[in-house]
Amino acid sequence: MRLGLVIDLDVCVGCHACAIACKEWNASGTIGPLSDYQPYGAEPSGVWFNRIRHYEMDEYPNNKTVNFPMSCMHCEDADCVTVCPTGASYKRAEDGIVLIDQDKCMGCNYCSWACPYGARELDRSSGTMKKCTLCVDRIYDQELPVEERQPSCVLTCPAHARMFGDFDDPDSAVSRTVRERGGYPLMPELNYNPTNQYLPPRRKPVIPVETQPKGGLKESIKQFANKLVRR
Amino acid sequence: MHPAFSVIFFTVASGAGFGLFSLLFIADTFKLGGGFTPVQIVIGGIVALGLIAFGLLSSTFHLANPKNAWRAFSRFRTSWLSREGVFAVVFMPLALIYLASIWFEAPLWLRETFGLLSAVLAWITVFSTGMIYACLKTIRQWNTPLVPANYLALGYASGSLLLLLGAVIAGLDTTPYIAMSALIVSIAAVLKAIYYFWIRSPGLTPTINTATGLTRAKVKLLDTGHTHGTFLTQEFGFQIARQKAGLLKVVVFGLGFALPGLMLVWVFNAQGGQAAAVVAACAGIAGAAVERWLFFAEARHVVNLYHGAQRC
Repeated sequence: MRLGLVIDLDVCVGCHACAIACKEWNASGTIGPLSDYQPYGAEPSGVWFNRIRHYEMDEYPNNKTVNFPMSCMHCEDADCVTVCPTGASYKRAEDGIVLIDQDKCMGCNYCSWACPYGARELDRSSGTMKKCTLCVDRIYDQELPVEERQPSCVLTCPAHARMFGDFDDPDSAVSRTVRERGGYPLMPELNYNPTNQYLPPRRKPVIPVETQPKGGLKESIKQFANKLVRR
Repeated sequence: MHPAFSVIFFTVASGAGFGLFSLLFIADTFKLGGGFTPVQIVIGGIVALGLIAFGLLSSTFHLANPKNAWRAFSRFRTSWLSREGVFAVVFMPLALIYLASIWFEAPLWLRETFGLLSAVLAWITVFSTGMIYACLKTIRQWNTPLVPANYLALGYASGSLLLLLGAVIAGLDTTPYIAMSALIVSIAAVLKAIYYFWIRSPGLTPTINTATGLTRAKVKLLDTGHTHGTFLTQEFGFQIARQKAGLLKVVVFGLGFALPGLMLVWVFNAQGGQAAAVVAACAGIAGAAVERWLFFAEARHVVNLYHGAQRC
């Protein structure tokens, strides 16, 4: 198995609900808490596994805002695991999830240097590195109904911009969607072979703005009057 | 990259210590300039081991959870950080046996064997320190063979200047020590110049387009999605003005290479002798520290592409 996420950039509305749901679940999850520093102070900051950036692509009038959620890509060739000197970082053979053993981590930050996606964040209060677990404590929980055995972020997304599944199975929903929509990994040139895939924004016709109907005589007088009277 | 002072002190001090120890072995084997007395070698060796030990100790200060530091020796097969720790720890007993065999006048083969072993291990350890940075694909300014070469050259340059100071204090013939220092300092200067030339060109790096996969149009960041800094911006967001970096490069070359070179001439002409050697050693090590700070400050991690950078 190779478990991971598909994120639809065409659909994501940038509401940050995935990040909130992630924080809510994982704060009391296997590697919680996710410490906050000055949550109500002047410089609020803290540990998050999921962060959403907002980009603009192309230029007016073809410009488009792209909301960009990012979490751990659970890479096939995860350098963060290779460089870890303590053996705290590991990649599970059975499902490809990259995890950090909180009892072994010494907080040297080296794995975060090796990660190009910014997926790893140090928790200052525990002194250990933390990252997305793909809700490993949810997806295998036999107590939950089958449809809820998915990562928190996927369950909560109101726009259904996130999918979870097995990329090793060519007939899984994630594999099919990636095939059909031309899903791609981020920064493939670094050869980390990230598992998570992104679906590109669809091309949409440009809404014309120059072809508004011209006003008649009344409009011309109004414009003339506006020129005369300085506001 | 955020320049952490504990790491800068560690790499500069341990580099100088390992350099001094290996060169001390060479000076002892070939009896350079008449050769040090056993007591002088042991003192020199203890200075070198002290620099290494203080460096290693200081490196644990940047750990957020130092109680697990002992586990860092466990991933020798994959991690350069682990390898560096293992080599440094293996080096210590070998170096101590070498110093003991000098102190107790052990047979020559024993002394030479352990001297050579510890000198080679010193070399490997400094190489591993460089590889910690050079193996990271995420930072173009580090991902080059020039990085371990620079670490070795600068460590041995600092070590050779310290050894010269020792030779001056011991009243030996300084000519071979001056020649050795001049050679190593020049090599270090040339390697550093190549490195600075190398990182100046843009190179084939990830861009904001490959980072987002939106490769068909211009892409710019509108919002990072957080109100204040995060771990990522604190660790990787450090930026240095181009002008300041240029000025510091002049300091690196002036303080680290030119001034020690000038002082070598003074020592050679027996002008001021000891004072000139002290200035040479201090300037060399200070130059190496500035170089190390700049090494971190100029490194641009690709995660900055998710915080507004167009390329790294």
